[in-house]
Parts: sequence; structure tokens; C-alpha cells
Amino acid sequence: MSTDLSSPRTASTKSPGKFTMSRRGLGNLILAAVLLAVPFWLPLVGGYTDLASRVLIYALAAMGLNLLLGYTGGLSFGHAAYFGLGAYGVGLMLKYETHSTLLALLAGTLLGGLAAALLGPIVVRRRGIYFSMITIAIGQMFYFIAVRWNSLTGGEDGLTGFSRQPIHLPGVTLAMGSVDFYYFVLLCFGICATLLWIILNAPLGHTFVAIRENHKRLTFLGIKTRRYIAISFAISGIVAAMAGGLDALLDNFTSPNLLNYTLSGDFLIIAVLGGMRNFYGPLVGAVVFIMMRDYVSSITDNWMSVIGLVFVVSVIFFPMGILGFFNRKSSS
Amino acid sequence: MGLVLLFNAFNGLIQGAFYALMALGLALILGLNNTINFAQGAFMALAAYFAFTIVPYVGFWGALIIAPLLAGAIGLVVEVALVRRLYSRKDPIYSLLLTFGLAFIIQDLIRTIWGAQGVPLAIPGFLDHPLSNTYFFLTGYRLFVVAVALIGTAALFAVLRFTRIGIRIRAGNSDLETISALGVNIYLLRSANFVIGIIFAGVAGILAAGQLGLNPNMGDTLIMPAFVAIVVGGVGSLVGSLLGGLIIGLASGITTAFFPAASEVVIYVIMGIMLVVRPRGLMGQEGLFE
Repeated sequence: MSTDLSSPRTASTKSPGKFTMSRRGLGNLILAAVLLAVPFWLPLVGGYTDLASRVLIYALAAMGLNLLLGYTGGLSFGHAAYFGLGAYGVGLMLKYETHSTLLALLAGTLLGGLAAALLGPIVVRRRGIYFSMITIAIGQMFYFIAVRWNSLTGGEDGLTGFSRQPIHLPGVTLAMGSVDFYYFVLLCFGICATLLWIILNAPLGHTFVAIRENHKRLTFLGIKTRRYIAISFAISGIVAAMAGGLDALLDNFTSPNLLNYTLSGDFLIIAVLGGMRNFYGPLVGAVVFIMMRDYVSSITDNWMSVIGLVFVVSVIFFPMGILGFFNRKSSS
Repeated sequence: MGLVLLFNAFNGLIQGAFYALMALGLALILGLNNTINFAQGAFMALAAYFAFTIVPYVGFWGALIIAPLLAGAIGLVVEVALVRRLYSRKDPIYSLLLTFGLAFIIQDLIRTIWGAQGVPLAIPGFLDHPLSNTYFFLTGYRLFVVAVALIGTAALFAVLRFTRIGIRIRAGNSDLETISALGVNIYLLRSANFVIGIIFAGVAGILAAGQLGLNPNMGDTLIMPAFVAIVVGGVGSLVGSLLGGLIIGLASGITTAFFPAASEVVIYVIMGIMLVVRPRGLMGQEGLFE
């Protein structure tokens, strides 16, 4: 199930007719190899597989967000809402309706994606700082619904009583232990990353970037920019919802905190920390952020201060993120 | 039923006074400093804890004056050292994330210094008992909260209307470049404006602490409604933020009487309706911050 992961990604980036592999294609191959081998080398350096799954899940959410943030120029501070809706969708499906992990994930993704698609047209009525304030407030609405709707969501204690189920494929059954689940997450990540890459290289993606660069001009050209921002919002919401669904499967638990704006802040800092103008920026950001948080919270009670410092330092000194920082160095 | 409704409506208005105080501070900083100050809630808690510490020495009334100024001083340091560096960046994400991180740090410091457990803040005895037996909800403290909010707001509007710095702040809101060219030190102006915003949060924090006690996360429950108040009232209008705060407070209070579970959600519903019907808010200007 996993070997075919790298091929569509490299295929989409390789220009036809060239036999020498492009630098990006090579990079993708190496990345795929490293990610595929995680369960083998991570324990050797003191990590554990679930942590890698978490990194990929956050990277996926931040990548989805980055389509809107880095490529369309829409600063959403409320993507935890769609992440959390995906998680609750998966949890509720597995608890009450189905024993199929895949079906539950699909339902969760649709739930969060639908919310983003429906709210997008309202949100895009404003831009700039206003846009962020509205996205964050809408996100908080879902948070309070989850906290208050005790009978369905388990309130502040979160939703328990479900677990990811083995996946039966023709000829093989995946028990969905830590390693199986990691590859499942990696597959989802690979599919979403490929789709995002295709979108970004299609006219749709170029329109997004053009809106980011010069919104006014595109309006004058007669392009309905609001509609495009809403499309970007919906796509990024769908990706975030899928990541949220995977997060629920990873923990076999969902908490209202998955809907809270602090998590939206985490996604944003992951994208900014890695480099929001780079396709893989969110992945790099997630590796650094999740690893650091995991380590720091194990050694000190004041880990919140450390995380806060990460925000402050990266915003002041690395506005283009880690990848942006290195790109600038190599090009200068 | 009538009494219950009156009780909840009045409660809602008091809550709205808190929202309005927070929203005014946020709106001030948003206007001139172009920053959504996520740390506003943390500064609010910080002022409340300062008050908690100095009440034994200067009494409640002294603390009500001094603690917000202390928080304002911290705010000044933060503005000069950090926030100021980001004014030149066009993308609002940086100041947003900066203040978001600052909120983490301040809350963590509060937790380390004063402990994570909630503590009560002593208020003057004469404010503490009900004013009447029938309207049991009318404690002196609640009226006091409303009075302070009114005085604070009136003072702010008087400063903005009649003093030199107030006039400059208003001028800066509409055209920062021009007043800079006219010789106003806009760095100083922005610092002062930031500090005034923090002081407002500080006053709200002490008032809230007198009613509900202190805990490090006390700002979290107020900052979101304050955002909503600004959106409903209209970005760029202080009167709008004030009205927005009172409206959502009142709506939340009345909803509590009929359907308590929805008391928080209702303010976001109001915001959603406002965005559809009148996107620029009650008194907002078209095209600001966009």
C-alpha cells in the first residue's frame, strides 16, 4: 500500500520528455524514503511511532491551512474548527454508526469540509485583520457547541468510547497498530499533498497566488476574488478536517480543545515556522514544533513559556520560516 | 418569569460591560497599532494578580488605580521591545502570532508566580451585600462595575475628544503618515496608545476578579466575546465596540433565561447574522483594515 506513494508526486513534478530527474523530484523521492522508513529509524533516535503520526497529522492540517494562508493570502485563525469537526465526525461515526475506519474518516472529512464550504462565503465578505477575527470567532462557536452539547459530544471531558478498527482489504487485514496506523496516515498525507500540489500548479492555484499578490488588480480584471478565496477556504478546510479525523483515530479520543483557537494558533505557527511560502514548509514546521513541544513538556512545567518564546522568536527573527531562511541563504 | 428575565438581562448587561471594556482596549490597539492584541486577556489577568498582591498595602481602591498602571508599564516594555518591530510588516499574521505567544508566556509566568489555583480578590465590604431583598441580584458590587465601566468609557472619550494626545490618536487612526510628516512622534504616540489599551484591560481584570475571583486563564473567557463585540460594532469605531459589547452581553444574558446551553453560542450567531446583513458592523467604516 505504501510503495506507490512517491510515484504520483514525482510524476506530477517531472516535466515530460526530460530524462534527468529534476531537483525537486529527487527531493520528493528522498523525502518519501525518509518518511516510509520512519518506523525503522525513529525508535533508534529515541522517538516513537505515534509521535511521527502526530507530526504528519499536524503537518497535513497546516499544509491545508497554508493553501489559504501562504498561497491565497487569507489569514484564518479558525482552522481548528474544521480539524475538530473532522475529529468529532470520526468519533461519533465510530461510536454510534459504523465499524469501518475508512467510512468514519470519510464522514469526518465531509463534515468538516462541508462546514468550511458553507461558512466560506460568509467569511470572505471581509479581508485582512477582519477576516482573521471572523474566522476565529466562528471557530469558537463550534468550540462552545462541543462543550455545551453534553449528551452528544461528552462536553468538556471529550468524546470517548470509540477506537480505530482493523481495515480489511482484499487478501490482507491491517490490524491498525501504531506502525500500521502510521502508514495509513502517511498514505492520507501523500494523497492530500499530491492533490494540493496539483491544485497549486493548475490555473486555480495560480489564481490563488495572484489574489494574494494583487487582490485589487484581479478584481479589476473581472475575477470574482471572493469566490476563489471561498474555494481555497473550503479546500483547506477539507484537508484540515481529514487531519482532524486522523487525530481522533490516533488518540481514540476527541476533546473540545481540538476546536479551540489555541490549536488554530499552533497550525499557524507551524506554517510560519517552517515557511509559509514553501510547499513543504508546514511539514518542516510540524517536525520542529511537535518534537520540541513533546520534549520540552517532558522536562519542564513551564513548557508554555517555551512555546510562547518559539512564537516570539520565529516571528521576530524568522519571518520567512526555516525553509525561507535557508532558501534566502542559498540564493544570495 | 419576569423577575428571572430581569435578573438575567441585568446580569447580561454587566457581562456586557466587561466585554465592552475589553473591546475598547482591543479596538484602540487595533486602530493605531494595527495589532490584534491576543495578549489582552493575559494582561487583564496580570493586572488582576497585581491588584491581588498590592491590596493588603494600598487597599482595594489604591489597587484599582495602581495595578492597571503596573500592567500598563509591562505593556510599554512589550510594545517597545517587541510589538514595535512588526509595524513595518504588512502581513497582520506576525503581530497576531507575536501577541498569541506573549499570552502563553504571561499566563505561564502568572501560573509560576501565583499558582494555578484560583484565588478570591477581597472587595470592600459595603459593596458586597444586596441592595434590596426583592431584587436579590442587585448587589452593590454589580452596580459598582457598571459605574466604573461608565466612568472609564466617559474618560476615554473625553481624552480622545479634548486632549492633545487624544486628538493625535484619532488623527493617527485616519492617516498615520500625514501626522508623522506634521511632526508628531508616532512611535511615542503608538506606545501611549498601546498602554492605554492595556490599562483598560487591567481595569476590566480587577473588576472581573472582584466578582469571580482570579485564575491565570481568566482572560480567555473575555477575549473572544470582545472580538465579537468589535466585529458586531464595526472595526474602527470605538462607540461601535462599546455598543457591540453591551448588545452581545445582553443577548447572552437573556438567552441564559430561556436556553442556558446556548448562552455562549448566541453571541457568535449574532455576529454571523451581522456579517450577512451588514458586513461592516453597526458603526464600522467601509474598507478599514482590508
